Amino acid sequence: MQWLRELMRYRELLYMLSWREVRIRYKQSVMGLLWAVLMPVIITLAGVIVRVAVAKVSGRTVSGADIGAIGVKSLPWAFFISALRFGTMSLAGNSNLVTKIKFPRLVFPLSAVLTSLVDFAVASPLLLILLPLSGVRPSLAMLWAPFLFLVLVAFTVGLTVLCSAANLFFRDVKYLVEVALTFAIFFTPVLYDADMAGSWRWLIMLNPVAPVLEGLNAAVVHGRQPDLLWLGYSAGIAFLFCVGGIAFFKRLEPRFAESV
Amino acid sequence: MSDIALRMDHVFKRFRRGELHDSLRDLVPALVKRAVRRDRERALAPQEFWVLNDVCLDIQRGETVGIIGHNGAGKSTMLKHLSGIMEPTRGRIEVRGRLSALIEVGAGFHPDLTGRENVYLNGVILGMTRSEIRRKFDEIVDFAGLEDFIDTPVKRYSSGMFARLGFSVAAHLEPDILVIDEVLSVGDFAFQRKGLEKMRAVAQSGATVIFVSHNLQAVAEFCKRTILLDHGRVVADGPTDGVVRQYLDTGALEKGHRAAGPVRVARAAVTGIRGETSRFDSGTRARVDVDLEANTVAERVAVVLELKNTDFYEVFNTSSERLGHPPITLAAGERARCTFEVDLHLGPGTYYLGVHLYRYDRQQSYDHVFPATSFVVAADRDVRGAANLYPSVTGFAVQPPGPVPVEPAVSAPASAAAP
Repeated sequence: MQWLRELMRYRELLYMLSWREVRIRYKQSVMGLLWAVLMPVIITLAGVIVRVAVAKVSGRTVSGADIGAIGVKSLPWAFFISALRFGTMSLAGNSNLVTKIKFPRLVFPLSAVLTSLVDFAVASPLLLILLPLSGVRPSLAMLWAPFLFLVLVAFTVGLTVLCSAANLFFRDVKYLVEVALTFAIFFTPVLYDADMAGSWRWLIMLNPVAPVLEGLNAAVVHGRQPDLLWLGYSAGIAFLFCVGGIAFFKRLEPRFAESV
Repeated sequence: MSDIALRMDHVFKRFRRGELHDSLRDLVPALVKRAVRRDRERALAPQEFWVLNDVCLDIQRGETVGIIGHNGAGKSTMLKHLSGIMEPTRGRIEVRGRLSALIEVGAGFHPDLTGRENVYLNGVILGMTRSEIRRKFDEIVDFAGLEDFIDTPVKRYSSGMFARLGFSVAAHLEPDILVIDEVLSVGDFAFQRKGLEKMRAVAQSGATVIFVSHNLQAVAEFCKRTILLDHGRVVADGPTDGVVRQYLDTGALEKGHRAAGPVRVARAAVTGIRGETSRFDSGTRARVDVDLEANTVAERVAVVLELKNTDFYEVFNTSSERLGHPPITLAAGERARCTFEVDLHLGPGTYYLGVHLYRYDRQQSYDHVFPATSFVVAADRDVRGAANLYPSVTGFAVQPPGPVPVEPAVSAPASAAAP
């Protein structure tokens, strides 16, 4: 827990590094804040196209709730992949700071996660438009959403911290992450629902991100309680990654400066 | 004992030459090897060496300490250990108080952010709080002299402006212990002076300052105590004067100087007309031979000589190029000798000769050795200072009252006498 106290002392640094990333991303681009919105919109559109195509082939119809579900899952998914992608490179990309100045290195992957959180916050009002249009009405179950998202953030932090440290020692890790993220969308129920897999549903739910996304779908779109068993599994994995990832990171931290 | 700011206790650090395992497929064999052996205790493998070797050091609160040594002696590694960026393989380092390390100016600066934004970013990276920076902001900008450009993205700055802003932020830290690595070598001469003044002020405020530099003059001026490192060992530790002398006397060339570049200085020697090599009479005509050796092809090499006195003040500087001799190109393995003739119109004292191999059209430095050699000059009359103007006294008497007579100039040239 000492790292937490240390991190508190450096919270201004964490804030400034995240601020720098956000500032740079929105400063020099024509689209500015639209960047944050673009990614989830594209994922949602892709999802809608896939859904409509599948429906055409199988002779079913696409309901408003299906579209809403894709929107609800795309946003957290966009957060997850951008945090992991930027976070993995965050240590190696700031090598001049890593070798020259002393402060807790955890601020690098954490600021990547924070930056992606800002993007998420900027893009999330989109749902306020999309959801009513897809016929979703407010429900008490929606209160599950923050908790579900918290589980996702915890898992993201753990994984990002782990990958950023690994990438410093083995530069091919970032390519592995890149490849994994490219194909991850097929193994994660973002564009489809886990239920569509029928009796193979459990296989898809083994992916720790899946119960979160399915939970969000259930709670926000359908106003139901999430599947608590799977959610518990997901939260457990997230906790393990978070604690294990940070412990791993702290263990290797003294060797960062030599390994860059 | 409570006055100790910093202590290194038998510190060892092991480095590896060559590549580390950099990709995942090299990991498995390395892990197996590590599991079999205990890392801390083991001896050196063939590829390894001690970059710090049994370093012990006590630095008192308020001391200003210089660290000098040849390239690769372990200076920067030592700083990184002091500032906590690296951890020793063995041994203990104790730091008491808030330590700030200036190992790079403008760390974390982003070219697309304005000067103002970068000041905040850099300040926080160096360990200041935002309210602290807000309080000192005007002072920082003023010190850098960049009031008019503070809202311009730093990518439009010149490298000098960039460095000035970076240094200015760093100079406004208020640490108990300040560790500085070569950062004073940024900016123009006036700014370097300003930087040194600022450092002195920090030292006078009671802070401990540790200063690593190649600039012996700055070290000599600034530090009372100096530590000489060689191959990771402390070989001398004491008053700056003696340690710097020892450093110069060991000479870079005798230590088996190896330049990584295409051409290196193999030898430099001064020989007087009577064959003397280390002690010269003031005014003697002497020959300076510089031998070069090319590792690979070296194009358009010129030889620069620099002569400094014991205060490391540059007494004299010249180059083959500036004297009108065209540069030469060496093939791999070729040797060359450049010979200068000089008149040593120098005041009595010890002088250090440095040699710089330089390519003028590309402003590229091939090799720089200081000192390449040293010698002593003796004068027959009691003059002081760097130059010998061969003075004599031709008159010294009380003047009679009345207008002061105008005397003609001493042996004025004929052309000047006839307008």
